[in-house]
This record gives sequence, structure tokens and C-alpha cells, in this order.
Amino acid sequence: MNWFTRRLRRLAPQLAALAIILGVISLVAPGFLTVSVQNGRLYGSLIDILVRAAPVALLTVGMTLVIATRGIDLSIGAVIAICGAVAATLISEGYPLPVVIAVSLGVGIACGLWNGVLVAVLDIQPIIATLILMVAGRGIAQLITEGVILTFNDDTFSALGSGALAGIPIPIYLWIGTALAIGLLIRRTALGFLIEATGINRRAASLAGVRARFLLFSAYAISGLCAAIAGMIVTADIRGADANNAGLWLELDAILAVVVGGTSLNGGRFSITASLIGALIIQSINTGILVSGFPPEFNLIIKAGIIIVVLTLQSPAIVTVFGFIKATRRGDKLNHGAKEATR
Amino acid sequence: MIHARNLPFVTTLAIFVIAYGLCVLQFPNMLSTRVIGNLLTDNAFLGIAAVGMTFVILSGGIDLSVGSVIAFTSVFVAVMIGSFGVHPLTAFLAALVISTLFGCLMGAMIRYLLIPPFVVTLAGMFLARGAAYLVSTQSVPITHEFIDTMLGFYIRFPGGGRLTLLAMVMLVVFAVGIVVASRTRFGANVYAIGGNIQSAELMGVPVGATTIRIYALSGFLSGLAGIVYTLYTSSGYSLATVGVELDAIAAVVIGGTLLTGGVGLIAGTFVGILLQGLIQTYIVFDGTLSSWWTKIVIGILLFVFIVLQRTIIWYSDRRLAVRQLKEV
Repeated sequence: MNWFTRRLRRLAPQLAALAIILGVISLVAPGFLTVSVQNGRLYGSLIDILVRAAPVALLTVGMTLVIATRGIDLSIGAVIAICGAVAATLISEGYPLPVVIAVSLGVGIACGLWNGVLVAVLDIQPIIATLILMVAGRGIAQLITEGVILTFNDDTFSALGSGALAGIPIPIYLWIGTALAIGLLIRRTALGFLIEATGINRRAASLAGVRARFLLFSAYAISGLCAAIAGMIVTADIRGADANNAGLWLELDAILAVVVGGTSLNGGRFSITASLIGALIIQSINTGILVSGFPPEFNLIIKAGIIIVVLTLQSPAIVTVFGFIKATRRGDKLNHGAKEATR
Repeated sequence: MIHARNLPFVTTLAIFVIAYGLCVLQFPNMLSTRVIGNLLTDNAFLGIAAVGMTFVILSGGIDLSVGSVIAFTSVFVAVMIGSFGVHPLTAFLAALVISTLFGCLMGAMIRYLLIPPFVVTLAGMFLARGAAYLVSTQSVPITHEFIDTMLGFYIRFPGGGRLTLLAMVMLVVFAVGIVVASRTRFGANVYAIGGNIQSAELMGVPVGATTIRIYALSGFLSGLAGIVYTLYTSSGYSLATVGVELDAIAAVVIGGTLLTGGVGLIAGTFVGILLQGLIQTYIVFDGTLSSWWTKIVIGILLFVFIVLQRTIIWYSDRRLAVRQLKEV
């Protein structure tokens, strides 16, 4: 029980923000919260949020781990484009589905390992190291698709993006399943703890016997793997690979989701659940603006406004001020109590 | 003996000269003043934005809002002139004031709220892009006599090349940037903050004012780049110049500025811009290569220069350690 209340307290701001945003949208757009069953499949805006959030949510899982090691991965948008291009090429050449999925995941992990080499072995700042693949990645993706939007017609593969199983769309299974698997792997073993140690002070962790280099490698590899799954969902959804626009700026959405989730960009303590709620918040804003009939031009500026408010509230300066007020209040109480006692 | 600190710049310059030489061997026409004139004009807006980015990176920060600010300025100027009939100079002035204030605001958030520059300018990028969408989502063409005379103004080189007004603006910005970085107190403060912010603060460098000025400068130059871009395309479009900040960062890094801050030259950024322009020109001349090779080659160049920088830092650290050992 103690564990549960602690978790709840950690997630409270994010859950409250999500509830407020959903509440405001349902006030503006009646019928927003209804979920109906048609043709044996769930429909409704809430389901739509869960489906549309799949790519960002997947990226967020990997990004949380990378940020926990005090890094950042800017390349995942480009990795989405590369993996999507690989999957679409293989599918249109008639390879069986398991091969296509395995190769795409392998390419994603390879991209992650490349970033890992730059960060862990060559000691390059993560933001710069991943910038290389961010710039070159879209070029590579265009090289694979030979500059065209590669379309394909394969119902089993496109089911990854638009199919449903037992009434629930498949992307929802994919992102929740991946998050659960990685979350359990990280939190049921000492991995998460060691990643936090590496993020807080890599040198101290290494001296204490933590294999920081291996952990950095695995964090970036997981990030690449998550981007590969997201890339397949995006490609399967539109039945085509668009090297220029697939996953464009999704890395920034993922970083924002992590920041909104309360994980510090300076590394250290992280919460995958909180980051995922952050991803849902961002997607709710996107869907909410569409549903409530605002012109889509407002989308970015409303998003930016909300993000700036959240960032300001979470910023070290404001946190210090709040901490100071709390401390002085407690101090007043203590002083008061002491005076009463002497009296 | 070249100082190790200037080695990246010298390398970039050498690579540019050699690459240009090889290009000329294959296509003798590339040596014409026309090609050089076009190279300068086509990359004018990118060069102006890259000067601002160099100051930001020298101070150890980063500015991701550049592309969005350019798009906002261009669509703002186009709508002011096209729809409201404002005189171009007034519109330019208003755009520069807005973009400078925007930069000031980001600098203040970075300094006083202690949020990392990466996150602040990321939010700024969304905000500026969103503001551009609000102004107009369509491509707005502009026609005005004053702009026509501005575009018609150029200096003719021998050989038919033209140094357009846009290229001149870029060259002036680079010249002023070099003087400001190396010869003024502000420039010295920027280097000091980038070298070590705590030492700078203890030495009495006004860190707060300088940080705000750096981002204001970057905002101002992004605004100026936006105006140049508007003149270059004769229109304003809110979806334009996506990812220009990446090109600018790439030019700064290729030009030898250390991304950790404190070391670098504005002149290096100029060579970085020329090198990127040269790759594009070569691809146009070749005709069989596709445009995506630009991105891949820039990626490879980035990789080479970052590894070079790492090696230099590692080498100079080692030499320092050896010297200290000897003294002991």
C-alpha cells in the first residue's frame, strides 16, 4: 500500500494535468468521452487518442531511458523514416512478414548502437552525436526508397497500423506491450537503478563498478528498437514509406513528453509511466484541438503555451522558491512552537 | 606552428580549397564568378542565421528556434506588405523588433528560470512556428517597387557574376560578427561564459545581461535572415525553412566551433556555409546525383569534424597532463 501511495504521489501532477485537459475538452466538445462498439471494434475519441499516441509513446519509452543516462536522442525521427523505408521495400519485394519485422527491428537497433558508439566510446556529447544521424538519416531513408514515396499493398503488414484484435486496435497493444516489457525488464532487475546511477554521475558509477559503457549502449539500442516499432506502425498505417515526412519532429514530441512527465534532462531518476502519461497529454491536446473545432493553425501555439507553463512550473528556479517558502513556513511553525513552550 | 585550437578551422579551410579544386578539375565552369556569386546569394539567409548560432554555441548554448523565427518573419513581412500595404522598411523594422524581443525572452528564461537552452528554444521553436501559422497558412507573394529596386541592386564582377544585395548583407553581417567576437568586451564575455560559466561569474562577467544579449542577437539575426529569405523567394510561407537550425548548427560545427562552447571562430562558420553550398552546387553540376546526397555528405562531414575535435581535445589534455607531470 505504501508503495502504491508513493507511486500515486509521484504521478499526481501528470494525472491531474491529463484529467484537467480531458475535462476541458469534454466541456467544449460534447460526446468526446463516449466510446462505442461498431463492427466488433471500439470507436471514440478516447480510443483515437490511445491509437494516435502509439508512435510518440513508443519513442517516449526509449527516450526516457536515454535521458535518464543524461543523454538525449535526436535521431529517432530519422530512424523511423529509415525503418519505415526498409519495411516498405522488403514488403513490396514480397518477403514474408516475420523477416520484414526482424530486419526492420535489427536496423533500428543498429542505428541505436551507432549512437551508442559515438556517445559511450568516442565520448561525444549526446546531442551532437545523435545530430549526425538526424541530419544524415533522412538522406539514407531517401536512398533506400530511391526518392519516391514507396507504397505497398499488404493487408497483414498494414494490420500493424490499422487492424484490431478483440475489438482493440493493434497499435495500442504494441505500445502498451513494449512499455510493459521494457518497464518490467528495467524495474524488476537492477538495470533501472544502475542507469540512474550512470546518469547522476557517470564517473562515480564507473568507479563503483557499474558498467556504464554497456548501459549507455543498451539505452541507445532500446531507443532505436522503440523507434523501429514506431516506424513500422507509421508505415503500416499509411501503407507507404515517406522518407521526408515520416516521424518528422516526433523526437521533439518525445522529449517534451519526458519533460512533462517530470524526468529531469540532467539525468538520474526517471519514471516511464509518468513519461507515457506525458505522451498521452500531448496527444490529448492534439486530438482535443481537432475535436473541439479550433482551426488546426492553433494547434502548435496552444501546445507551445501549455508546454511553457509546465516548464516554468517545473524549472529549478521556481522549485527553489517554492522549497524556500515551504521551509520558512515550517520554520515559523517551529519558532512559534518553541515560543509557546518557553511561555 | 598552428595553434591546436585553430586546427579545426585550418582543416575546414584546407578541405574547402581542395574540394573546390577537385570540383574545378571535373567541371572547369565552376571557377566562374557567376557560380561564386550564386553560392553567396543562395546561402545568404543561412549564413546570417549561422552567425547568430555561432555566438550562441560559443557561449555553450544552442538555439533551435532559428528556422521557425525565419518562417515567422518571412510570413509576417509578406502579410504586412501584401495585405496591409505597409512600407517594406516599416515592416522590416517591426519584424526585427519582434524577433529580437523573442530572443530576449528566451535568454531571460534560460538565465532566470535555469531551464536548459535546448528545452527553452525547443518551446520557442513551437511558439514561433505556431505564430507563423496564425498569421497565414498560405504562401503570400509580395510585389512592391521598393523591393524590386532592392533586388535589382547588385555589383557586377568581371566574368558576369553578380554580388547581390542579399550576399552583401551576409558579408557585412559576417564582418561585423568577426569584429564583435574578437574585438569587443561583449565578445570576450561570450567566450568566457562558454569556457566556464562559474569562473566567468566569479571574474565579474555580467552573465545574466550577456546571456540575454546573446539570445537577443540570435533572434535579431534570425529575423534578418527571415527578411533576406523573404526577398530571396519574393514570398512568405509559414511552412518554409523547416530544419534550417540544423543546417546552421552543422555549418558552425564544420567551421571548427566546439559545441561545448568557448572555442571557435566566426570566420570558420563562413567556410562551413561555403562548404555546404559547394556540395549543393556540385550536385547540381553533376546532374546524376540526387539531392539527398547533400544530407548524407553533410552528415559524414559532421562526423569527421566531431571526431577531429575529440582527438584534438584528447591530445591537448594529454599534453597538459604530461607538462604538469614534468613540473612535479
